[in-house]
Amino acid sequence: MGEFLRVLTDNWTLYREGFTNTVQLFLIAAVGSLVLGTLLGAMRVSPVPALRAFGATYVNIVRNTPLTLVFAFLVFAVPKLDVNIDYFPSACIALTVYTAAFVCEVIRSGVNTVGTGQAEAARALGMSFAQVLTLIVLPQALRAMVPPMMSVFIAMLKNTTIAAGFSVLEAGAIPAYMAERGEPQFAVLLWITIGFLILILPLVALQRFLERKWRVAR
Amino acid sequence: MSQASVLYDLPGPKARRRNAILGVASIAGIVALLAYIGWKFYETGQFEARKWEQFEYAAVQRELLAGLWATLKAAGIAAVLALLFGAVFASARLSDKWVLRAPASFVVELFRAIPLLILIFFGYYVPLQYGWSIDKLWALVIGLVLYNGSVLAEIFRAGINAVPYGQTEGAYAIGLRKNQVLRLILLPQAFRSMLPAIVSQLVVLLKDTALGFIITYPELLFVGKQIGGRLAFGLPYVPTYLIVAAIYIAICGLLSIFAWWLQKQLGRMPRTAAKVLPAQDAGEDAARMV
Repeated sequence: MGEFLRVLTDNWTLYREGFTNTVQLFLIAAVGSLVLGTLLGAMRVSPVPALRAFGATYVNIVRNTPLTLVFAFLVFAVPKLDVNIDYFPSACIALTVYTAAFVCEVIRSGVNTVGTGQAEAARALGMSFAQVLTLIVLPQALRAMVPPMMSVFIAMLKNTTIAAGFSVLEAGAIPAYMAERGEPQFAVLLWITIGFLILILPLVALQRFLERKWRVAR
Repeated sequence: MSQASVLYDLPGPKARRRNAILGVASIAGIVALLAYIGWKFYETGQFEARKWEQFEYAAVQRELLAGLWATLKAAGIAAVLALLFGAVFASARLSDKWVLRAPASFVVELFRAIPLLILIFFGYYVPLQYGWSIDKLWALVIGLVLYNGSVLAEIFRAGINAVPYGQTEGAYAIGLRKNQVLRLILLPQAFRSMLPAIVSQLVVLLKDTALGFIITYPELLFVGKQIGGRLAFGLPYVPTYLIVAAIYIAICGLLSIFAWWLQKQLGRMPRTAAKVLPAQDAGEDAARMV
């Protein structure tokens, strides 16, 4: 047990730096993918066929591509196009581009859960497009969107570890450093696991709470 | 636009004109974007014959095939073991006995909360440190099985629970035992309802084999890095990754289409009381596939 604790205290700076970068990566990519995903989601439910097709193509391509490949493309191939991006921004972009496809799907299916009759009734009452959207469709759609959206972001938090394979010092990169220091890897990995549980379990609890709270109202 | 949408009313003449203008503008925007990317490719010489010629060599094609085989092998072994793992833990979680239910729930919830790469690292770094020889294939497979097996266990459990309770009551009422209820009544109905979800989880598993790249397991992506890194051909990373991506998209896409087709077929069958768990098109599922 003393040995187990020592692994953390001796390497505290590495753990702190790793998890700080993980959280940073997560927050930047979360905002990025929310913005890009909403944009794509709006395209997929728009009345313009060209935009719908573009959104669908994007989602189908990205959804069937491994995230590791997206990372590899950004880190190894994009510099060959004379576009030079540092490792950390590359990781943010890779996570954003990938996660946006899933955010888009959540938004699209959330909007589709609202019955057509709801909007028809609202229009019959003489509401404008903005009113239908903000007063009728979104309040109902958001309830359906929040739990799966949280699953997407929980998965994205776990996916940040892939950046370790592409020269970003985040939590997933700690074992490689520890291998050089000769620390017992089982303890090292167990501490990383604990770190992720501390980050993820509150999110899971919140998600289940929202799911329970809003199931009744629908 | 023929189908009714929640957001938009059927367009009148004015809206149709506006949509047409928006359509033309967005096509122009998309074409401009693609043209810019194409020009960027051209400018940096990605279309040069030198960067593509090695794909004509039989040796390089064999390399790619070997990578694909390594990917499919890992995915195949992991899929079989994950299905087994999922079946065992789902039945433990559905058990009446507390001693079976509690540990199974703990294991399933735990492995779903740990990043897959960290699970793979457990199988990779720990044996490495103590000098036990473990194939990288197995390090990858262990991680994939623990994670995807846990997710599959949840799918199985949800599938069984999705069968209406009246079915169980009816089965008990005609005198079946617990074992028979599960085997004869619940499983046949649940199996059909969860098949599409299982297939799309297997697509996820296949995609996740790409993590083997990080522990230098020679799968498709790793082979791609080697082919792309050849100086004699002008470091053809871009062509190589485009080809690798096309292979992944083709395989996963076919499986996804299969899952979607399966869902449609099963949705048509009237004989089961259970609702088909969605393979695609639902936000919940999109969330699971990340």
